Amino acid sequence: MSGDQSDVKPEPKGPEQPAVEQSPDNVPAPPGQVHQVGERHGMFGVRGTGDTSGYGGLTQAIVYPGEAQRPYGGWYDEVADALVTGLKAGEADVAEPRVVIHRGEITFHVRREDLPVIARVLRDGDNLRFELCSGVSGVHYPADAGRELHAVYHLLSMTYNRRIRLEVTCPDADPHIPSIVDTYPTNDWHERETYDMFGIIFDGHPGLTRILMPDDWPGHPQRKDYPLGGIPVEYKGARVPPPDERRTYS
Amino acid sequence: MTADQDLYAGASETTEGRVFTVTGQDWDSIVEGLAEEADERIVVNMGPQHPSTHGVLRLILELEGETVTEARCGIGYLHTGIEKNMEYRSWVQGVTFCTRMDYLSPFFNEMTYVLGVEKLLDIEDQVPEKAKVMRVLLMELNRISSHLVCIATGGMEIGALTVMTIGFRERELVLDLFELITGLRMNHAFIRPGGVAQDLPPGALDEIRGFIALMKKRLPEYAALCNANPVFKARLVDVGHLDLAGCLALGLTGPVLRSTGYPWDLRKTQPYSGYETYDFEVQTWDTCDSYGRFRVRLAEMWESLKIIEQAADRLAKMDGDPVMVADKKVAWPSQLAIGSDGMGNSLDHIRHIMGESMEALIHHFKLVTEGFKVPAGQVYVPVESPRGELGAHVVSDGGTRPFRAHFRDPSFTNLQATSVMSEGGMVADVIVAIASIDPVMGGVDR
Repeated sequence: MSGDQSDVKPEPKGPEQPAVEQSPDNVPAPPGQVHQVGERHGMFGVRGTGDTSGYGGLTQAIVYPGEAQRPYGGWYDEVADALVTGLKAGEADVAEPRVVIHRGEITFHVRREDLPVIARVLRDGDNLRFELCSGVSGVHYPADAGRELHAVYHLLSMTYNRRIRLEVTCPDADPHIPSIVDTYPTNDWHERETYDMFGIIFDGHPGLTRILMPDDWPGHPQRKDYPLGGIPVEYKGARVPPPDERRTYS
Repeated sequence: MTADQDLYAGASETTEGRVFTVTGQDWDSIVEGLAEEADERIVVNMGPQHPSTHGVLRLILELEGETVTEARCGIGYLHTGIEKNMEYRSWVQGVTFCTRMDYLSPFFNEMTYVLGVEKLLDIEDQVPEKAKVMRVLLMELNRISSHLVCIATGGMEIGALTVMTIGFRERELVLDLFELITGLRMNHAFIRPGGVAQDLPPGALDEIRGFIALMKKRLPEYAALCNANPVFKARLVDVGHLDLAGCLALGLTGPVLRSTGYPWDLRKTQPYSGYETYDFEVQTWDTCDSYGRFRVRLAEMWESLKIIEQAADRLAKMDGDPVMVADKKVAWPSQLAIGSDGMGNSLDHIRHIMGESMEALIHHFKLVTEGFKVPAGQVYVPVESPRGELGAHVVSDGGTRPFRAHFRDPSFTNLQATSVMSEGGMVADVIVAIASIDPVMGGVDR
């Protein structure tokens, strides 16, 4: 099973499962590989000694929908072709994006160093024309070793009435992704927000500062290793501990 | 402190220059204090508590006389960590959080999140028709109430207090309808994954029809008061100019985009919840300015009334139809009912789970405490909120809680246009430009 994987990036160790078993659609087997991003223990979301269900020993791999194979169907092929053609016309050495199609939405997984070139081609390409970027959304997958931080961009082509998604990853140890503010100025605040909440540094951003949290805030609140609450409530003469340290009865 | 010193307009020396604190009295002492350095650069911090900055928005303006040379926004004063909190609650509970983001358009927040969850669950086709119509009805009522607040507060900020009072008068009628249908005036958490929380209460359709009839009389009042009013036009026309290219570059959607003449409305271009079956027009204006945005909003309220009328007609024929998916693994088990002591859990349901069926009790308990699982994946289903494209990026890892929910709020994105809309204009025009963007800080900061 693991012999036929031609990786572009180092994969974390863990059970690789064929897409057919894990794809929620359970469609005819796409031969694309599936990437494990975590493991779930037990069945009921209970951890530790509280789990008296007897299912505590169960482990399940957390996998996301696998890579799609051509033909993608509909306008997906048209966009993918136009993108590849557009990239080849340029000088830069850009890897062809991996494509995932799930629930009728298409995602292009691109290498982070390719992002600015791809964004520019997507905006300006004749058959692409993705004029509007709906911002960037960070996602933190702590168990996705080597690519813990994901940045997800939603692009809209008003000309052709199409939506696509770009997904870029970077490791926790080197949280850098190139900024695409020069292509999509709207991402100015969105990238600041993602930096604020996840600590992803967008190289080339004109002024990457915190936007929602105070300037001197320690940590990046929406990372999974940042607890909910995390800070105590201070009163004059009293201190209520943060929610995650309070006594619980569950 | 000496007696002649103004307690509320003190000056202090800092490394950045002299700092004056102004709280609303007359500016004589400031002007006097500045006498010799008035030709230098002055940076004015407006807000975050200034009433005409639309909530807790802080504006940092660099002035040359009355002209704004640079304008920047400081946001984050209302950040409440809603996205983070949602990761610690079940999928259904998430609605309760996200409805509080943009507090003027709660149903749109719920709608985009719920559409995302339903798409991940792959139950979009199973959502009953009546639930879809009720969602459309509530969203369009909400669009009217939101536009009314925009026009009302925008009027107040330029001194048109009558526009404010009549705006809130009509909004109150919409909130009464919300209270009748959902039980709450805001923060409804009414649109749930799989449908809506409850059926229409008896008499709701009559109330809605009465509202439509009244609005048809009252909406022309706004046009009569403002459309050709020379003072109103003098303040709004050509203020806050932003053309189509600027809108797309900065990601502006909604009335601001439509005021450039481009008829982009997700209800028409990427319809959801059955919008393609309603008869309405996309309203545009071609002046790219604050006045155009006012006219677009005014016209959109008429279109919303048309949609509400059609939705009410459809609902009249759907008496007794289900409003939640039939799938018991997703549908909320209990229903509310009016009892002798007011609204509460349906006694029939309590009797069923407590006295008749152990399995039903287990099912209820598991679904309410643990919730349902949503297959792993990510979706983005935007809706056309009163302010533009509102979308939720919903990510599931296959568990009973959202792995990540990120909201692309149009207020947040549109507020970026403050600089380009107000630089080079007068200070007073900054207020008009921001009012024409109609930002809601609850949505901006989330």
